[in-house]
Amino acid sequence: MVDHPSDSHTIARYESTGGYTQGKRALGLTRDELIEEIKMSGLLGRGGAAFPAGLKWSLLAPARPSYLVVNADESEPGTFKDRQLLERDPHQMIEGIIITSIANEVHHAFVYIRGEYSKPARRVQAAVDEAYAKGYLGKGIFGSDYVLEVTVHLGGGAYICGEETAMINSLEGKRGEPRLKPPYFPAAKGLYMMPTIVSNVETVSNLPHILAMGAGEFSGLTGNADTGTFMTSLSGHVNRPGNYELAHGITWRELIYDVGGGIPDGKGLKAWIPGGASAPWFVPEEHLDLEITKDATAAAGSMLGSGAVIVMDEDTCMVKAAERVIRFFAHESCGQCTPCREGTTWLEMILRRIEEGQGRAVDLDLLVDVSDGISIGLVWPPKMTTICPLGPSAVSPIIALRDYFRDEVDSHVSNGGCPYKTQTRETSEKTSEVDRPSDKDLMPSSERGSGGRPPEVAE
Amino acid sequence: MSRWSEGTQERARQIIARYPEKRSAVMPLLYLAMSEEGYLTGDGMEEVGRWCEITPAQVLSVASFYTMYKRERTGQYLVSCCTSITCMLLGGDDVLHAVEDESGVPHGETDDDGLLSVEHVECIGACGGAPAVQINYELIEGVSPEKARQLVRWLKKARPDVVNSDEMQALFGGRTSFDWGISEKSGAIGPYPAFQPLGTVGSEAAD
Repeated sequence: MVDHPSDSHTIARYESTGGYTQGKRALGLTRDELIEEIKMSGLLGRGGAAFPAGLKWSLLAPARPSYLVVNADESEPGTFKDRQLLERDPHQMIEGIIITSIANEVHHAFVYIRGEYSKPARRVQAAVDEAYAKGYLGKGIFGSDYVLEVTVHLGGGAYICGEETAMINSLEGKRGEPRLKPPYFPAAKGLYMMPTIVSNVETVSNLPHILAMGAGEFSGLTGNADTGTFMTSLSGHVNRPGNYELAHGITWRELIYDVGGGIPDGKGLKAWIPGGASAPWFVPEEHLDLEITKDATAAAGSMLGSGAVIVMDEDTCMVKAAERVIRFFAHESCGQCTPCREGTTWLEMILRRIEEGQGRAVDLDLLVDVSDGISIGLVWPPKMTTICPLGPSAVSPIIALRDYFRDEVDSHVSNGGCPYKTQTRETSEKTSEVDRPSDKDLMPSSERGSGGRPPEVAE
Repeated sequence: MSRWSEGTQERARQIIARYPEKRSAVMPLLYLAMSEEGYLTGDGMEEVGRWCEITPAQVLSVASFYTMYKRERTGQYLVSCCTSITCMLLGGDDVLHAVEDESGVPHGETDDDGLLSVEHVECIGACGGAPAVQINYELIEGVSPEKARQLVRWLKKARPDVVNSDEMQALFGGRTSFDWGISEKSGAIGPYPAFQPLGTVGSEAAD
């Protein structure tokens, strides 16, 4: 493992390892040359959707001005890789911003950092200030006549702003609600209705290295279609949680047991979430020896998403875990689309009543039925019923309960509560009631007048 | 005529200058308004509307969308306990309960003295050091219920003017998501993020 110098966030340290030479070099390359190099590298977007970075650049509409928005709104539960990149290596990202901007004729770039990341934001702003002082940003970068302004923008605590069109609305000073695509593809009608590139921190941070080593060597780092390295945030029940930069193609067993050091106290592995809270869950019986690649994960019905891996040991209550993941989406739903706004809220309430011992035998079928209303057919990738994918991916834990943990749901119902007592605390549930409907409202048979009543399922 | 001091007005002008359109400055100016009054008041939102040339209703539509714009009186210290999936797996609910119990302030509320506000929050990107707590958005990782109680007692007794992440991590934290590297002397002075575009807040630049 390479040592991470304590002053890695300073421009002096970054330049001592060759930093900013590729940003300067990019000024001498044409848009076509830069696009071709990134296309050849095979770099896929690291924000979750894995869209090819070079292709994204080539799709930018010709109108100008164009804008770059770096997505540092890292909020997917389990994900903390961008926080490390922002805090420890901000100049790498800034050099990536310079390269992306030159390739796409951008003269004003924004770094949209989630509001809770105040320390990373301070670090990025300090790094931006350093780059301005050196003449690497601002009017006439590297002694040329190229103008590049960078604005660091702090979010307000809304996960949905990580969705690119919501982020653009937010940057325009509006509510962070996603826009319909079409017509509002950022490449054509983005920020201020102008062509806009929205790229994740990690994606942008890869660019100086691709130019330095060459697309061929970068793509050759792995022996499969997923080129280069990827950052994974490993958390939950593992002995060595943390961020790891790995080559695509190792197996889940290697990641969890070798890299992560296995499960604490020698416990068994029950399940893991392979790509952030939006991803359908994996279980050891079926998935432990699969390779970690985009295609292998997709073939098994999930995704690598944000690179977050959340490990759950054998004593984890799957109902509680599902409730926690779905509570997140219910809380973060922007409220524009009915299936997402109502569906996630009902899923959360039904899961909570099962956890609290008020579940009914039909509740699992009810959960699946409500989920089907948000994500028709419960296939992966999900069929869209909404403007953005938040709602349709929120049902991932329900797919896991249906396919792998039906018995556990049933035992909650027959036992009249959660069999994993240590994990459930009445106190935490009690506090949640402050902003949640009371238990009475949870029952579909209640007289709730909002029209949000989930459909009954025959026993 | 502005309600804000000349220094704050100058800061507002600098922020607006960082954006191609005035309206885009609404989010940083809302934080600026919070820093003036401790939370976001109706007057503060009106002022932001004047600077951004949008109506108070348009400002409210933005402010009400994001959880970090506190439109009710908020304590000097905002204690945010993460209870999202990874923190929950590793005892985040117990940490929240310890904070509520020790402070006497339930989630979503503020004590009578205006000192502490307590909330449980969704994932704050500290999963490698779960469970995590933030004070005024300054992070502490690897917090146990007992350490959380000590943290609350410390806030009540020491009442630091500036909340510093490194100091709190050393006193009340444990495992971190990654090596934090160099320490920082700056921190937060109220229940809003210690950051403004153009120049870092606080005393510290890179050592």
